[in-house]
Amino acid sequence: MNFQAVKAIYLFEMARFFRTLAQSFLSPVLSTSLYFVVFGAAIGSRIDQVEGVSYGAFIVPGLIMLSVMTQATSNASFGIYFPKFIGTIYELLSAPISFFEIVIGYVGAAATKALFVGLVILGTAYFFVDLQIAHPLAMFAFLILTCLSFSLLGFIIGIWAQNFEQLQLIPLLVITPLVFLGGSFYSISMLPPVWQTITLFNPVVYLISGFRWSFFGAADVGIGVSLIAIAAFTAICLAIIWWIFKTGYRIRS
Amino acid sequence: MSVILSVENVTKTYDSGFEALKGVDLQIDEGEILALLGPNGAGKTTLISTICGITTPSSGRITVAGHDILSDYRQARRIIGLVPQELSLEPFEKVINTVRLSRGLFGKGRDEAYIEKILRQLSLWDKRNAKVMELSGGMKRRVLIAKALSHEPRVLFLDEPTAGVDVELRKDMWQVVEELKSNGVTIILTTHYIEEAEAIADRVGVINQGRILLVEPKVDLMQRMGRKQLTIELQDPVTDVPDSLKDYDLRASDDGNALIYCYDSNGPRTGITTLLADLQKAGLHMTDIQTHQSSLEEIFVDLVKETA
Ligand SMILES: Nc1ncnc2c1ncn2[C@@H]1O[C@H](COP(=O)(O)OP(=O)(O)OP(=O)(O)O)[C@@H](O)[C@H]1O
Ligand SMILES: [Mg+2]
Repeated sequence: MNFQAVKAIYLFEMARFFRTLAQSFLSPVLSTSLYFVVFGAAIGSRIDQVEGVSYGAFIVPGLIMLSVMTQATSNASFGIYFPKFIGTIYELLSAPISFFEIVIGYVGAAATKALFVGLVILGTAYFFVDLQIAHPLAMFAFLILTCLSFSLLGFIIGIWAQNFEQLQLIPLLVITPLVFLGGSFYSISMLPPVWQTITLFNPVVYLISGFRWSFFGAADVGIGVSLIAIAAFTAICLAIIWWIFKTGYRIRS
Repeated sequence: MSVILSVENVTKTYDSGFEALKGVDLQIDEGEILALLGPNGAGKTTLISTICGITTPSSGRITVAGHDILSDYRQARRIIGLVPQELSLEPFEKVINTVRLSRGLFGKGRDEAYIEKILRQLSLWDKRNAKVMELSGGMKRRVLIAKALSHEPRVLFLDEPTAGVDVELRKDMWQVVEELKSNGVTIILTTHYIEEAEAIADRVGVINQGRILLVEPKVDLMQRMGRKQLTIELQDPVTDVPDSLKDYDLRASDDGNALIYCYDSNGPRTGITTLLADLQKAGLHMTDIQTHQSSLEEIFVDLVKETA
C-alpha cells in the first residue's frame, strides 16, 4: 500500500477545496436558507406537522441528503474527470499506485467535502428551526455512508464521462429527480397509494427515510431496510469500480 | 554495464485497430543517454507510454531494473520518471504543490530541500508560488521536468523535452541532463532536433512506423555512415570530369567551378593524395579545398527515406 500517494492525492484534492473555502461554505448556507424561507415558511404555514414534527424540522434531513448526495457525486466525478480532461491523468497512470489507492484518495476527498457541506447545512438549520437529534451516532453513520457511497458513484461517472455534458447528465437526470421524489420534503404517507408503491422503487427513499429516523425516531420504512439499501448501493458501486479496475475501462488504453 | 531497461518484442495495437508498435526490442544500459529519433507518428510516444504504464502492451515483455512492468509495477514504476510530450498540468495549482504531489504519488515523503534544489536547477524557484497557468510554455515544460525528477528516478524519459524551449534554456537543460547522467541516471529522450541528439546522446535509436531501425553508439553511427566530401575549387571551370580522372568517384559541380570527390574517411585509403597528383597531371589548377562530413541529420533523413 502506497500511503504517501493516497495522502498526496487526498491533500491535493482538498487544496482545491480550501482555495474556494468561502464559496464552499457560503453556497450551502445560502441555499439552505432559501429552502427554509420557501418551503419552511410558505408551505410550512399550511402544513402544520408531519409525523409529529414541525414541517421546518421535518425537511432538515431531506435537505441535508439532497445537498450531500449532489455534492458528493459532483465533487468525485469532477475530481477524476478533470485530470482526464487536462491530461494530468498520465501521472496517476505512471505512478506506483493501484487503482484502489486512486479511488481512496479521490473518493475520500470528495466524501470529506460533502460531509463538510452536510454539517454546514445542519448548523444553518439550527438557526431556523428547533432541532433535536434522537440518534446522533446513527445520524453520523448514515451521513458518512451516504457521502462515501455517492462519492463512489461520482467517481464512476467521472471515469465514464467523455465530455462535460455527460458529466452533468446523471446528476441532473437521475440523482436530482430521485432525491426530490424520494421524500426529501414530504412523507411518502402523504402520497396517494399508487404513488406510495411506485416510490418504493426509488432507492433514495430508503436513505432519506433512514436518515430521518436518526433525527426523529420515526420513518417511512424500517431502519433495517434502510441500512440494507445503503449497503447494497455501496456494494454495487464497489463492484462497478472493481470491474473498471479489471478492464482499465476508459482510463488505460 | 548492467541493463536497466529491457524491451522484448513489444507490440501495441490501439483500440482503433492501429498497430503503433510492431515488435520493438530495446536494451538500455544503466547510466547511458539514448536519443530516440523518428518522424511524427513513428511510435516514440507510444513506446514511452507503454514502458511507463500509461498504455498496456498488446504483447511482449518489459522489465525495468529486472522488475516486470505489469506483474511488479510498483517496483518498476518507482524507478521511472516521465516528462510527457503534452504540457499536461493542473492550471490552478501552485508550481511547488504540483511538484510535491508528484513526489507523494511516487511514494516518497516530503523533502523540501530536495524540491528546492530541483526548482532552482530548472530556474523555477522564483516561480514556485505562481499558478501553473501564469507560466510560459517553456516554463511549463520545466515544471514537467521538475515533477519527473521529484522522486529521484533512476530512469528518466524525456518526450521532446526541448520543444518550444529557447536556445539558452535548451543549453541549460542539456546541462541538467549531463548532471543527471553524472549521478548515474539513465536517460531516454526523444527529439526532433538532431543536433540535440548529436550533442548529448551516447547512443542513438531510430524508429519509424513502429519499428526500431537501428540503435547504435552515436560515434559508430557517424563513422559507419559518415561519408566525407572533398570539394576542389578550380581556377578554370570544367564541363565534365576529365577522362584521365574517370576512375575516381568524382563529379563536377553544377556550375563547373569545382570538382566533388566522395570518400570514406574510415577506409584503408582515402585516395586523396593520388587524386591531387592526378589533378595536377591533368593540368587543373586548384584555388581552394574543403571537406564536409555528413551530419546525423543527413544520416537520419536517408535512413527514414529508405524505409518509407
Ligand atoms: N490513443 C491512440 N489511439 C489510436 N492511435 C493512436 C493513439 N495514440 C497514437 N496513435 C497512433 O499511433 C502512431 C504513433 O503515435 P505516437 O504518438 O507514438 O508517435 P510519435 O513518434 O510520438 O510522433 P510525434 O513525433 O509526432 O510525437 C500514430 O500513427 C498515431 O496516430
Ligand atoms: Mg510523440
